[in-house]
Amino acid sequence: MRIFDPHIHMTSRTTDDYEAMYAAGVRAVVEPAFWLGQPRTSPASFYDYFDALLGWEPFRAAQYGIAHHCTIALNPKEANDPRCVPVLDELPRYLVKDHVVAVGEIGYDSMTPAEDTALAAQLQLAADHGLPALVHTPHRDKLAGLRRTLDVVRESALPLDHVLIDHLNEITVEEAKDAGCWLGFSVYPDTKMDEERMVEVLRKHGPEKVLVNSAADWGRSDPLKTRKVADALLAAGFTDDDVDRVLWRNPVDFYGLSGRLDLDVAGTDATHEGNSILRGVPKTAEA
Amino acid sequence: MNDLHDAPGTAHTARTAPTAPAETPPVLAVLHSRLNSSLGGAARAWLDQALDEAAAHPGTDGPVPVWELRMAEAGRRCGPEHAEAARVLLLHAARADAPTLARVYRQGTADERRAVLEALPHLVDGPEALPVVEDALRTNDTRLVAAAVGPYAARHLDAHSWRHAVLKCLFTGVPVDTVADLPRRARADAELARMLVDYAAERTAADRPVPDDLHRVLALTGHPATPTGTDTGTGTDGKES
Repeated sequence: MRIFDPHIHMTSRTTDDYEAMYAAGVRAVVEPAFWLGQPRTSPASFYDYFDALLGWEPFRAAQYGIAHHCTIALNPKEANDPRCVPVLDELPRYLVKDHVVAVGEIGYDSMTPAEDTALAAQLQLAADHGLPALVHTPHRDKLAGLRRTLDVVRESALPLDHVLIDHLNEITVEEAKDAGCWLGFSVYPDTKMDEERMVEVLRKHGPEKVLVNSAADWGRSDPLKTRKVADALLAAGFTDDDVDRVLWRNPVDFYGLSGRLDLDVAGTDATHEGNSILRGVPKTAEA
Repeated sequence: MNDLHDAPGTAHTARTAPTAPAETPPVLAVLHSRLNSSLGGAARAWLDQALDEAAAHPGTDGPVPVWELRMAEAGRRCGPEHAEAARVLLLHAARADAPTLARVYRQGTADERRAVLEALPHLVDGPEALPVVEDALRTNDTRLVAAAVGPYAARHLDAHSWRHAVLKCLFTGVPVDTVADLPRRARADAELARMLVDYAAERTAADRPVPDDLHRVLALTGHPATPTGTDTGTGTDGKES
């Protein structure tokens, strides 16, 4: 089974996670730029973070046989801090990079005027750079947030079919689907979606344009949720082809809109020059 | 991986790009010729135009010079396996100087940073680009470490930093064949020999194998394998200055 996790914050995860993900079938990930838990107070912190998403993190992923791409944006939460807003002006130099496959995560957190401005500006940047956009829906007041999000997207230069609306649930999926967007579901241990509910959503709405992610980060989350959903789907009678479509082909098709997906990990293999992350092989393997 | 370093210096056999500066070093002419023969039509046309732009407008003629945008997109235009060569040629066509190279490195992805490191020996004569090499040697990314120990480092890196670079290669598994000019710089380096022997002792104490590369470098120093604490003389041979 091949799995593409289209939304996971590997910066916050360990090499154990990479190892377990590979064992579970994960061969590709997209890491959206987002909040780090601790608020940032200067644009330079963002640039170091973006540079890591384009340097160190893909290197780590390649050590474990996983292709790593990222999305770049000023996230909505920090778009509310005037000290961070200058990041918007620097985004164009990142959005031209190979391996940046979307603008994201953008969207709403508290639905403030500053978030309106950042969302509209970054949808325009996506259109300008030939990139799709990963738009998350807010945790609080989700349905109203989704409607406002879709309104802003409709007013933007970016076509709706270049937008992945993420963190959807039973309440919000219908309107996002009717709008013609790609449909993202984050499966979490306690919040957002779970495996069984995901099975029901797919039964009701079908696999077309549906992406499932772990959205694993620095909080309580599980980087193997993609595989657990795949197993739940198979147990519920979905076919291998359905599973491959949701967990591989749909993310490839969506991020492929960028023209920048490079899923050949061997081509970016770093281990032939040594392995700075494994920090030496186990003694048993050396004997 | 060291395409750039071991390419033969046979400029007369290579087709020099019409847009490249007249002083194209033979090794880059060979690189360009090889790249041209590997690229498909669309990629080659993209490269030709990108090199023309870089040669015609090397300076800042907008928020970001056009050739720097071409640097960024080289992977998806030429294919990941050809991007590094394309980027090195772009840097050369733009006649990038040390400050420009430092900026491109600072603002670059890991792949772009590698290209800057590969281009250094062809574009900068003096030691003014050393901070870029030192930055790469501070990383834990073996792709960058390997690119940092090329001919430019061999030429300019001070003895202390160079020894640590060699040791870092041994630590991280970067083959020492990657280290440019290794025999010359290792020769009669007693301090390097001491560091190598100490590292070997540490590995042995931990019941771990000593990398074969360590013995090779140690042999190049010409010094006996005697660890710290035994009498090997002063430990410096004048290269430290």
